[in-house]
Amino acid sequence: MMEPGLYHVLFISTALFFIGVFGFLTRRNLITMLMSIELVLNSVNINFIAFNKYVWPNQLDGLFFSIFVIAIAAAEAAVAIAIIINLYRSHQSIDVENAEDLKF
Amino acid sequence: MLNDFLLLMKAELVLAFILFLLLILKVGKEITNERLLALIQLLLLGNFIFGFFFIENGSLFGGMFTTNGLIAFQKSIISLGIYLISLLFSDWLKKSEHLPEFFILLLSAVLGMFFLISSGNLLMFYLSLELATIPVAAMANFDLDKKISSEASMKMILSSALSSGVLLFGISLIYGATGTISFDQIPALLDGNGLQILAFVFLFTAFAFKLSIVPFHLWTADVYEGSPIAVTSFLSVISKGAITFILLTTLYKVFAPIHDLWYNMVMLLSVITMVVGNLFALRQQNIKRFLAFSSIAQVGFILLGISSHSMEGTSSVVYFVLIYVFSNLAAFGVAGAISQTAGKERIEDYKGLYQTNPLISWVLALSLFSLAGIPPTAGFFGKLFLITAGASKGNYFFITVAALNMIISLYYYLRIVRAVFMDTNPQPIPKINLDPATKLGMIICGAGIIFIGLLSWVYDYITTLSL
Repeated sequence: MMEPGLYHVLFISTALFFIGVFGFLTRRNLITMLMSIELVLNSVNINFIAFNKYVWPNQLDGLFFSIFVIAIAAAEAAVAIAIIINLYRSHQSIDVENAEDLKF
Repeated sequence: MLNDFLLLMKAELVLAFILFLLLILKVGKEITNERLLALIQLLLLGNFIFGFFFIENGSLFGGMFTTNGLIAFQKSIISLGIYLISLLFSDWLKKSEHLPEFFILLLSAVLGMFFLISSGNLLMFYLSLELATIPVAAMANFDLDKKISSEASMKMILSSALSSGVLLFGISLIYGATGTISFDQIPALLDGNGLQILAFVFLFTAFAFKLSIVPFHLWTADVYEGSPIAVTSFLSVISKGAITFILLTTLYKVFAPIHDLWYNMVMLLSVITMVVGNLFALRQQNIKRFLAFSSIAQVGFILLGISSHSMEGTSSVVYFVLIYVFSNLAAFGVAGAISQTAGKERIEDYKGLYQTNPLISWVLALSLFSLAGIPPTAGFFGKLFLITAGASKGNYFFITVAALNMIISLYYYLRIVRAVFMDTNPQPIPKINLDPATKLGMIICGAGIIFIGLLSWVYDYITTLSL
């Protein structure tokens, strides 16, 4: 059995990042778009921890950074969901295709 | 130690004090909106004046927080901006049901911007950037019952969340490539290898999102149109100013070793931003949307100054942002007063405004002249210094395109001036009774537009700070 190295982890995190961006750009449901952003943020966490473990093992910067990212992501999601609830009240839908009063 | 802490962080501490005072007032006994607003205006004026005292150089928390004369001056520009916003939109603020909440959100965003400008570490930079954007997204939704307000807020939170995801990915790559997140240690470790360039591109993309540089400008106009006008002015002036200041620090200090790599990119983006902003501004009918595209074009000029990578670059950009605060806030103040009393936001409704409202017509004309860069106003000097700084690298083709863009922008700015002064309208906007505070704000803006350009010591002072 081969020990997973830095490149394996970086491959996963990069794939996760682009899956998140792809989902953000193609999905039309606001909650799913928010979930895609969470994927992006989690790929960043994997990156930080992988770099910390494999490349700079005698520091803690990356680990601390990922803890802060988790906390901020929670705050961001809270505000975003509050905004989506308000959008649902005025539009009766959480589909971005229905929120199209502002154009060009 | 405690003394250092109090002195170096005094701008943030004063702001946090005002914030907590507002929270206490909110839960305390009822006071009328008029008295609360007067108190807030007084506190913000005090905050602005206090910014000029006890300026020290130094850093705290192992270099996470740094401050010096230039940073203190940048913070003063932001304090001036929020004071002017509290004056200019006092009509709207007095009628708001949630006045304390508005200022609590606004001041937390400003607190984030203060930490952002002072940050000396990528962790601090990320945290303060989030503190500076999340409350603004909530503010964009402040007209809770309007459909377009919630749509604008949704667009704002989603685009800023994605851009902070991209920013974080860039930061993680920088950490992987250099092993540090401190602004002081990164430059020595940069040698321009592929991973570092990729990281820089991700980081700059996030800046481009926040500053609405052209390929990433699509959210700007929608958010500006849908938000309440006080929030729009905050977004376009204060937030843009703060992010411009930190972009200066990041490019000039952290990424200085790979300057040759980013010079062409910034120059090209600046020209594209100007051209696209100008072309879209030509066809706008709504005044808020129009000002949104005009602000995109102004960001193009700011990037032109930044691209010079010199001391003139720093001083001309800070000087331009100072002028931009006065001129853009004056335009937004007039638009806000008209939309508050007459409910009109279209440019054709402005026809014949001069017959009924001479004072605000003159303020609007001054601000538009300044935004267009017509000589006696300060905007001319701002753009002159920016273009001079940009030209110091000798890339004259791009400088010519920038100068031609100034001519294009004259067309659409003067179109509004013509509508206000020369066109007649059977049903002009009725006479508007301005609140005394709004009048004071407009007079300060007008005086700033005229005098900042003529008083040469302002620019000299900024130059001595940016040494």
